[in-house]
Amino acid sequence: MVDTDAFEDIPGTYLFNKDRCHEGYHLNMFCMSLMKAENREAFLADEPGYLDRFPLTEEQRRCVLERDWLGMIHVGGNIYYTSKLGATLGRSFQYMAGAMSGLTQEEYRAMMAGGGRPIEGNRSKSEQK
Amino acid sequence: MAQIIAGLGTSHVPAIGAALDLGRTEEPYWQPLFNGYGPAQEWLARVDPDVVILVYNDHGTAFSLEVIPTFAIGVAREFPPADEGWGPRPVPVVQGHPKLAWHLAESLILDEFDLTIVNEMDVDHGLTVPLSVTCGQPEAWPFPVVPLSVNVIQYPPPTGKRCFDLGRAIRKAVEAYDEDLRVVIFGTGGMSHQLHGERAGVINSDFDRRFLDDLTRDPQRLIDLPHIEYVREAGAEGIELVMWLIMRGALNRDITEVYRHYHVPASNTATGLIIFENEAEGAPLARAS
Repeated sequence: MVDTDAFEDIPGTYLFNKDRCHEGYHLNMFCMSLMKAENREAFLADEPGYLDRFPLTEEQRRCVLERDWLGMIHVGGNIYYTSKLGATLGRSFQYMAGAMSGLTQEEYRAMMAGGGRPIEGNRSKSEQK
Repeated sequence: MAQIIAGLGTSHVPAIGAALDLGRTEEPYWQPLFNGYGPAQEWLARVDPDVVILVYNDHGTAFSLEVIPTFAIGVAREFPPADEGWGPRPVPVVQGHPKLAWHLAESLILDEFDLTIVNEMDVDHGLTVPLSVTCGQPEAWPFPVVPLSVNVIQYPPPTGKRCFDLGRAIRKAVEAYDEDLRVVIFGTGGMSHQLHGERAGVINSDFDRRFLDDLTRDPQRLIDLPHIEYVREAGAEGIELVMWLIMRGALNRDITEVYRHYHVPASNTATGLIIFENEAEGAPLARAS
Protein backbone atom coordinates (compact mmCIF):
# COMPACT_ATOMS: atom_id res chain seq x y z
CA MET A 1 0.00 0.00 0.00
CA VAL A 2 1.12 3.54 -0.65
CA ASP A 3 2.05 5.51 2.46
CA THR A 4 0.31 8.70 1.34
CA ASP A 5 1.13 10.56 4.57
CA ALA A 6 4.85 10.08 4.01
CA PHE A 7 4.65 11.60 0.52
CA GLU A 8 2.41 14.44 1.72
CA ASP A 9 5.02 15.30 4.36
CA ILE A 10 7.40 16.45 1.61
CA PRO A 11 6.96 20.23 1.42
CA GLY A 12 5.75 21.92 -1.77
CA THR A 13 5.36 18.57 -3.51
CA TYR A 14 2.16 17.06 -4.92
CA LEU A 15 2.70 13.43 -5.89
CA PHE A 16 0.63 12.67 -8.98
CA ASN A 17 -1.21 9.77 -7.38
CA LYS A 18 -4.61 8.15 -7.92
CA ASP A 19 -6.54 10.95 -6.20
CA ARG A 20 -4.86 13.73 -8.18
CA CYS A 21 -5.24 11.84 -11.46
CA HIS A 22 -8.94 11.37 -10.72
CA GLU A 23 -9.51 14.98 -9.65
CA GLY A 24 -7.45 16.51 -12.43
CA TYR A 25 -8.30 14.21 -15.32
CA HIS A 26 -10.35 16.68 -17.37
CA LEU A 27 -8.05 19.61 -16.57
CA ASN A 28 -5.07 17.61 -17.81
CA MET A 29 -6.92 16.35 -20.88
CA PHE A 30 -7.87 19.95 -21.71
CA CYS A 31 -4.12 20.69 -21.64
CA MET A 32 -3.46 17.59 -23.75
CA SER A 33 -5.88 18.90 -26.39
CA LEU A 34 -3.52 21.86 -26.88
CA MET A 35 -1.04 19.54 -28.58
CA LYS A 36 -3.03 20.23 -31.77
CA ALA A 37 -2.49 23.56 -33.52
CA GLU A 38 -6.19 24.06 -34.37
CA ASN A 39 -7.14 23.58 -30.72
CA ARG A 40 -4.52 26.09 -29.59
CA GLU A 41 -6.03 28.63 -32.00
CA ALA A 42 -9.56 27.90 -30.82
CA PHE A 43 -8.55 28.24 -27.17
CA LEU A 44 -6.69 31.52 -27.69
CA ALA A 45 -9.61 32.96 -29.70
CA ASP A 46 -12.24 32.21 -27.03
CA GLU A 47 -10.88 30.81 -23.77
CA PRO A 48 -14.15 30.45 -21.80
CA GLY A 49 -15.95 28.99 -24.84
CA TYR A 50 -13.19 26.48 -25.44
CA LEU A 51 -13.12 25.47 -21.77
CA ASP A 52 -16.87 24.69 -22.01
CA ARG A 53 -15.88 21.61 -24.00
CA PHE A 54 -14.40 20.09 -20.84
CA PRO A 55 -16.26 19.26 -17.62
CA LEU A 56 -13.97 21.32 -15.39
CA THR A 57 -14.79 22.48 -11.86
CA GLU A 58 -15.24 26.21 -11.26
CA GLU A 59 -11.88 26.31 -9.48
CA GLN A 60 -10.12 24.52 -12.34
CA ARG A 61 -11.60 27.04 -14.82
CA ARG A 62 -10.53 29.94 -12.64
CA CYS A 63 -6.97 28.61 -12.40
CA VAL A 64 -6.71 28.32 -16.18
CA LEU A 65 -8.25 31.73 -16.93
CA GLU A 66 -6.17 33.49 -14.25
CA ARG A 67 -2.94 31.55 -15.03
CA ASP A 68 -2.78 30.33 -11.45
CA TRP A 69 -0.05 27.75 -12.08
CA LEU A 70 0.25 26.56 -8.48
CA GLY A 71 -3.54 26.51 -8.15
CA MET A 72 -3.73 24.13 -11.12
CA ILE A 73 -1.42 21.72 -9.29
CA HIS A 74 -3.64 21.98 -6.19
CA VAL A 75 -6.69 20.84 -8.20
CA GLY A 76 -5.11 17.84 -9.86
CA GLY A 77 -3.02 19.41 -12.62
CA ASN A 78 0.12 17.55 -13.61
CA ILE A 79 3.14 19.61 -14.61
CA TYR A 80 3.75 17.65 -17.83
CA TYR A 81 0.22 18.61 -18.89
CA THR A 82 -0.02 22.16 -17.50
CA SER A 83 3.25 22.85 -19.32
CA LYS A 84 1.33 22.30 -22.57
CA LEU A 85 -0.88 25.24 -21.57
CA GLY A 86 2.33 27.08 -20.73
CA ALA A 87 3.74 26.38 -24.20
CA THR A 88 0.49 27.62 -25.78
CA LEU A 89 0.91 30.88 -23.88
CA GLY A 90 4.64 31.15 -24.61
CA ARG A 91 5.64 30.35 -21.03
CA SER A 92 8.74 28.26 -20.33
CA PHE A 93 9.16 25.59 -17.65
CA GLN A 94 11.39 28.05 -15.80
CA TYR A 95 8.70 30.74 -15.84
CA MET A 96 6.11 28.30 -14.52
CA ALA A 97 8.48 26.90 -11.88
CA GLY A 98 9.21 30.43 -10.72
CA ALA A 99 5.51 31.30 -10.61
CA MET A 100 4.73 28.19 -8.55
CA SER A 101 7.49 28.91 -6.05
CA GLY A 102 6.92 32.66 -5.77
CA LEU A 103 9.91 33.83 -7.81
CA THR A 104 10.27 35.79 -11.01
CA GLN A 105 11.74 33.92 -13.95
CA GLU A 106 15.00 35.85 -13.47
CA GLU A 107 15.19 35.02 -9.76
CA TYR A 108 14.40 31.38 -10.47
CA ARG A 109 16.99 31.17 -13.23
CA ALA A 110 19.62 32.70 -10.93
CA MET A 111 18.75 30.17 -8.21
CA MET A 112 19.22 27.30 -10.67
CA ALA A 113 22.48 28.73 -12.00
CA GLY A 114 23.67 28.85 -8.38
CA GLY A 115 23.14 25.11 -7.97
CA GLY A 116 19.38 24.91 -7.54
CA ARG A 117 17.09 24.96 -4.52
CA PRO A 118 18.96 23.26 -1.67
CA ILE A 119 17.63 19.96 -0.41
CA GLU A 120 18.53 20.94 3.16
CA GLY A 121 15.40 22.21 4.87
CA ASN A 122 13.21 20.88 2.05
CA ARG A 123 12.85 17.23 2.96
CA SER A 124 10.01 17.36 5.47
CA LYS A 125 7.29 19.78 6.48
CA SER A 126 8.54 19.33 10.05
CA GLU A 127 11.80 21.02 9.04
CA GLN A 128 9.91 24.14 8.02
CA LYS A 129 8.70 26.48 10.77
CA MET B 1 23.81 -14.68 -30.83
CA ALA B 2 23.23 -11.04 -30.03
CA GLN B 3 24.98 -9.47 -27.10
CA ILE B 4 24.60 -6.41 -24.90
CA ILE B 5 28.06 -4.94 -24.85
CA ALA B 6 27.58 -1.70 -22.97
CA GLY B 7 25.15 0.56 -21.15
CA LEU B 8 24.74 4.32 -21.05
CA GLY B 9 22.74 6.47 -18.65
CA THR B 10 21.81 10.04 -19.54
CA SER B 11 19.40 12.83 -18.68
CA HIS B 12 16.90 13.78 -21.38
CA VAL B 13 16.10 17.43 -20.53
CA PRO B 14 14.08 19.05 -23.35
CA ALA B 15 16.01 22.34 -23.05
CA ILE B 16 19.20 20.47 -24.03
CA GLY B 17 17.56 19.46 -27.30
CA ALA B 18 16.34 23.02 -27.85
CA ALA B 19 19.82 24.48 -27.19
CA LEU B 20 21.27 22.13 -29.79
CA ASP B 21 18.50 22.72 -32.33
CA LEU B 22 18.80 26.51 -31.95
CA GLY B 23 22.60 26.49 -32.23
CA ARG B 24 23.21 27.76 -28.69
CA THR B 25 25.69 25.14 -27.49
CA GLU B 26 28.60 27.60 -27.47
CA GLU B 27 26.84 30.05 -25.15
CA PRO B 28 28.44 30.30 -21.69
CA TYR B 29 25.35 28.80 -20.06
CA TRP B 30 25.41 25.68 -22.25
CA GLN B 31 29.07 25.23 -23.14
CA PRO B 32 30.20 23.34 -19.98
CA LEU B 33 27.33 20.88 -20.46
CA PHE B 34 27.94 20.24 -24.14
CA ASN B 35 31.73 19.99 -23.71
CA GLY B 36 31.10 16.96 -21.55
CA TYR B 37 29.15 15.22 -24.30
CA GLY B 38 32.09 15.14 -26.75
CA PRO B 39 33.88 12.13 -25.23
CA ALA B 40 30.59 10.21 -25.05
CA GLN B 41 29.98 10.84 -28.76
CA GLU B 42 33.50 9.65 -29.57
CA TRP B 43 33.00 6.53 -27.47
CA LEU B 44 29.69 5.67 -29.11
CA ALA B 45 31.09 6.21 -32.62
CA ARG B 46 33.97 3.87 -31.76
CA VAL B 47 31.67 1.18 -30.35
CA ASP B 48 29.35 1.60 -33.37
CA PRO B 49 26.45 -0.56 -32.10
CA ASP B 50 24.18 -2.47 -34.49
CA VAL B 51 21.15 -1.43 -32.46
CA VAL B 52 20.33 0.56 -29.33
CA ILE B 53 17.59 -0.37 -26.86
CA LEU B 54 16.51 3.00 -25.50
CA VAL B 55 14.65 3.09 -22.20
CA TYR B 56 12.82 6.39 -21.72
CA ASN B 57 9.52 7.88 -20.71
CA ASP B 58 6.87 9.56 -22.76
CA HIS B 59 5.75 12.96 -21.39
CA GLY B 60 2.08 13.06 -22.35
CA THR B 61 2.90 12.81 -26.05
CA ALA B 62 2.25 9.38 -27.59
CA PHE B 63 0.36 8.41 -24.44
CA SER B 64 -1.75 10.60 -22.19
CA LEU B 65 -3.75 9.92 -19.05
CA GLU B 66 -6.26 8.10 -21.27
CA VAL B 67 -4.12 4.95 -21.28
CA ILE B 68 -1.07 4.53 -19.05
CA PRO B 69 1.13 1.56 -19.96
CA THR B 70 3.74 0.78 -17.33
CA PHE B 71 6.10 -0.71 -19.93
CA ALA B 72 5.60 -0.33 -23.71
CA ILE B 73 7.85 -1.53 -26.52
CA GLY B 74 7.87 0.04 -29.98
CA VAL B 75 7.90 -2.52 -32.79
CA ALA B 76 7.43 -0.15 -35.74
CA ARG B 77 9.74 0.36 -38.70
CA GLU B 78 10.11 4.01 -37.78
CA PHE B 79 9.17 6.52 -35.10
CA PRO B 80 8.63 10.17 -36.08
CA PRO B 81 9.80 12.94 -33.71
CA ALA B 82 6.70 14.31 -31.97
CA ASP B 83 5.20 17.79 -32.08
CA GLU B 84 5.29 18.66 -28.37
CA GLY B 85 3.47 21.94 -28.83
CA TRP B 86 6.06 23.98 -30.72
CA GLY B 87 6.56 21.76 -33.79
CA PRO B 88 8.63 18.56 -34.05
CA ARG B 89 12.36 18.77 -33.29
CA PRO B 90 14.40 19.09 -36.52
CA VAL B 91 16.03 15.68 -36.02
CA PRO B 92 15.98 12.55 -38.18
CA VAL B 93 13.12 10.07 -38.03
CA VAL B 94 14.12 7.25 -35.67
CA GLN B 95 14.48 3.92 -37.46
CA GLY B 96 13.17 0.97 -35.49
CA HIS B 97 14.32 -2.65 -35.49
CA PRO B 98 11.03 -4.55 -35.84
CA LYS B 99 12.60 -7.99 -35.88
CA LEU B 100 14.53 -7.55 -32.63
CA ALA B 101 11.66 -5.58 -31.06
CA TRP B 102 9.13 -8.34 -31.78
CA HIS B 103 11.57 -10.94 -30.50
CA LEU B 104 11.95 -8.94 -27.28
CA ALA B 105 8.17 -8.49 -26.93
CA GLU B 106 7.55 -12.23 -27.34
CA SER B 107 10.41 -13.31 -25.12
CA LEU B 108 9.69 -10.83 -22.36
CA ILE B 109 5.96 -11.57 -22.21
CA LEU B 110 6.62 -15.30 -22.08
CA ASP B 111 9.16 -14.49 -19.35
CA GLU B 112 6.26 -12.85 -17.46
CA PHE B 113 7.02 -9.19 -18.19
CA ASP B 114 3.72 -8.09 -19.72
CA LEU B 115 4.74 -5.29 -22.05
CA THR B 116 2.32 -3.23 -24.11
CA ILE B 117 3.13 -3.60 -27.83
CA VAL B 118 3.08 -0.37 -29.84
CA ASN B 119 2.86 -0.35 -33.64
CA GLU B 120 2.56 3.42 -34.09
CA MET B 121 4.19 5.97 -31.87
CA ASP B 122 5.67 9.45 -32.10
CA VAL B 123 8.69 9.87 -29.86
CA ASP B 124 9.25 12.96 -27.74
CA HIS B 125 12.35 14.57 -26.19
CA GLY B 126 12.62 11.64 -23.79
CA LEU B 127 13.91 9.55 -26.68
CA THR B 128 15.38 12.09 -29.10
CA VAL B 129 17.48 14.13 -26.63
CA PRO B 130 19.55 11.07 -25.58
CA LEU B 131 20.23 10.42 -29.27
CA SER B 132 21.26 14.05 -29.77
CA VAL B 133 23.66 14.14 -26.83
CA THR B 134 25.35 10.91 -27.89
CA CYS B 135 25.30 11.33 -31.70
CA GLY B 136 25.28 15.11 -32.27
CA GLN B 137 23.42 16.31 -35.35
CA PRO B 138 23.78 13.67 -38.08
CA GLU B 139 21.65 13.49 -41.26
CA ALA B 140 20.40 10.11 -40.07
CA TRP B 141 20.80 8.39 -36.69
CA PRO B 142 23.69 5.93 -37.01
CA PHE B 143 21.79 2.90 -35.67
CA PRO B 144 18.23 1.59 -35.39
CA VAL B 145 16.52 1.95 -32.00
CA VAL B 146 14.13 -0.22 -30.04
CA PRO B 147 12.14 2.21 -27.85
CA LEU B 148 11.08 0.97 -24.44
CA SER B 149 8.78 3.43 -22.71
CA VAL B 150 8.23 3.37 -18.94
CA ASN B 151 5.50 5.17 -16.99
CA VAL B 152 7.14 7.45 -14.43
CA ILE B 153 4.50 10.22 -14.42
CA GLN B 154 1.44 8.55 -12.89
CA TYR B 155 2.27 7.22 -9.45
CA PRO B 156 3.31 4.48 -8.98
CA PRO B 157 6.01 3.81 -11.53
CA PRO B 158 7.53 0.32 -11.46
CA THR B 159 9.80 -0.40 -8.49
CA GLY B 160 13.57 -0.37 -8.76
CA LYS B 161 13.61 -4.14 -8.39
CA ARG B 162 11.08 -4.59 -11.18
CA CYS B 163 13.15 -2.37 -13.45
CA PHE B 164 16.37 -4.19 -12.65
CA ASP B 165 14.70 -7.58 -13.21
CA LEU B 166 13.29 -6.38 -16.53
CA GLY B 167 16.83 -5.44 -17.53
CA ARG B 168 18.00 -8.97 -16.70
CA ALA B 169 15.19 -10.43 -18.78
CA ILE B 170 16.08 -8.13 -21.69
CA ARG B 171 19.63 -9.41 -21.57
CA LYS B 172 18.43 -13.02 -21.60
CA ALA B 173 16.13 -12.28 -24.56
CA VAL B 174 18.88 -10.48 -26.49
CA GLU B 175 21.22 -13.42 -25.99
CA ALA B 176 18.57 -15.76 -27.39
CA TYR B 177 18.30 -13.75 -30.61
CA ASP B 178 19.50 -15.61 -33.69
CA GLU B 179 21.66 -12.93 -35.32
CA ASP B 180 25.01 -11.56 -34.25
CA LEU B 181 24.09 -8.08 -33.09
CA ARG B 182 26.13 -5.80 -30.87
CA VAL B 183 23.60 -4.03 -28.67
CA VAL B 184 23.99 -0.99 -26.41
CA ILE B 185 21.24 -0.19 -23.90
CA PHE B 186 20.42 3.35 -22.75
CA GLY B 187 18.68 4.24 -19.49
CA THR B 188 17.49 7.85 -19.51
CA GLY B 189 15.86 10.55 -17.37
CA GLY B 190 16.80 12.41 -14.19
CA MET B 191 18.93 13.32 -12.46
CA SER B 192 17.61 15.26 -9.46
CA HIS B 193 14.90 17.72 -10.43
CA GLN B 194 11.46 18.91 -9.44
CA LEU B 195 9.34 20.83 -11.90
CA HIS B 196 6.22 21.54 -9.89
CA GLY B 197 4.99 23.07 -6.64
CA GLU B 198 6.65 25.44 -4.20
CA ARG B 199 9.69 23.12 -4.05
CA ALA B 200 10.34 23.41 -7.80
CA GLY B 201 14.04 23.65 -8.59
CA VAL B 202 15.29 21.33 -5.88
CA ILE B 203 18.67 19.77 -6.75
CA ASN B 204 20.57 17.19 -4.70
CA SER B 205 24.06 16.63 -6.08
CA ASP B 206 25.05 14.34 -3.20
CA PHE B 207 22.17 12.01 -4.04
CA ASP B 208 23.05 12.11 -7.75
CA ARG B 209 26.75 11.38 -7.27
CA ARG B 210 26.00 8.53 -4.92
CA PHE B 211 23.51 7.14 -7.43
CA LEU B 212 26.18 7.23 -10.15
CA ASP B 213 28.74 5.61 -7.82
CA ASP B 214 26.41 2.85 -6.71
CA LEU B 215 25.51 1.71 -10.21
CA THR B 216 28.89 -0.06 -10.06
CA ARG B 217 29.70 -0.10 -6.35
CA ASP B 218 26.40 -1.13 -4.80
CA PRO B 219 23.56 -1.72 -7.28
CA GLN B 220 21.66 -3.61 -4.58
CA ARG B 221 21.19 -0.36 -2.65
CA LEU B 222 19.57 1.18 -5.70
CA ILE B 223 17.43 -1.90 -6.39
CA ASP B 224 16.10 -1.61 -2.82
CA LEU B 225 15.68 2.19 -2.87
CA PRO B 226 11.97 2.96 -2.31
CA HIS B 227 10.13 5.52 -4.42
CA ILE B 228 9.79 7.95 -1.55
CA GLU B 229 13.55 8.30 -1.32
CA TYR B 230 13.69 9.44 -4.94
CA VAL B 231 10.79 11.85 -4.49
CA ARG B 232 12.09 13.33 -1.24
CA GLU B 233 15.81 13.38 -2.07
CA ALA B 234 15.95 13.77 -5.86
CA GLY B 235 12.74 15.78 -6.42
CA ALA B 236 9.36 14.46 -7.53
CA GLU B 237 10.41 14.24 -11.18
CA GLY B 238 13.81 12.76 -10.22
CA ILE B 239 11.95 9.46 -9.90
CA GLU B 240 12.74 9.03 -13.61
CA LEU B 241 16.05 7.58 -12.39
CA VAL B 242 14.40 4.18 -11.79
CA MET B 243 14.69 3.73 -15.56
CA TRP B 244 18.48 3.62 -15.31
CA LEU B 245 18.09 0.37 -13.37
CA ILE B 246 16.69 -1.36 -16.45
CA MET B 247 19.94 -0.50 -18.22
CA ARG B 248 21.97 -1.65 -15.21
CA GLY B 249 20.07 -4.93 -14.97
CA ALA B 250 20.90 -5.75 -18.58
CA LEU B 251 24.66 -5.58 -17.90
CA ASN B 252 27.09 -8.00 -16.27
CA ARG B 253 27.40 -8.09 -12.51
CA ASP B 254 30.90 -6.68 -12.94
CA ILE B 255 31.14 -3.61 -15.12
CA THR B 256 33.66 -0.87 -15.75
CA GLU B 257 32.70 2.78 -15.67
CA VAL B 258 34.47 4.29 -18.66
CA TYR B 259 33.06 7.82 -18.63
CA ARG B 260 31.08 10.19 -16.45
CA HIS B 261 29.81 13.75 -16.85
CA TYR B 262 27.75 15.64 -14.28
CA HIS B 263 26.56 19.22 -14.55
CA VAL B 264 24.09 21.56 -12.81
CA PRO B 265 21.91 23.03 -14.21
CA ALA B 266 20.24 22.43 -17.54
CA SER B 267 17.10 24.50 -17.15
CA ASN B 268 15.55 22.96 -14.00
CA THR B 269 17.60 19.81 -13.84
CA ALA B 270 20.84 18.22 -12.71
CA THR B 271 22.23 16.34 -15.68
CA GLY B 272 24.29 13.18 -15.67
CA LEU B 273 25.80 10.93 -18.29
CA ILE B 274 27.60 7.69 -17.50
CA ILE B 275 28.97 4.86 -19.65
CA PHE B 276 29.57 1.26 -18.59
CA GLU B 277 31.30 -1.51 -20.46
CA ASN B 278 30.72 -5.11 -19.54
CA GLU B 279 34.00 -6.42 -18.16
CA ALA B 280 35.95 -7.93 -20.98
CA GLU B 281 35.22 -11.51 -21.82
CA GLY B 282 37.74 -11.53 -24.65
CA ALA B 283 36.57 -9.32 -27.48
CA PRO B 284 37.45 -5.62 -27.44
CA LEU B 285 34.47 -3.28 -27.56
CA ALA B 286 35.32 -1.21 -30.58
CA ARG B 287 34.29 -2.73 -33.87
CA ALA B 288 37.24 -4.38 -35.65
CA SER B 289 38.19 -2.27 -38.67
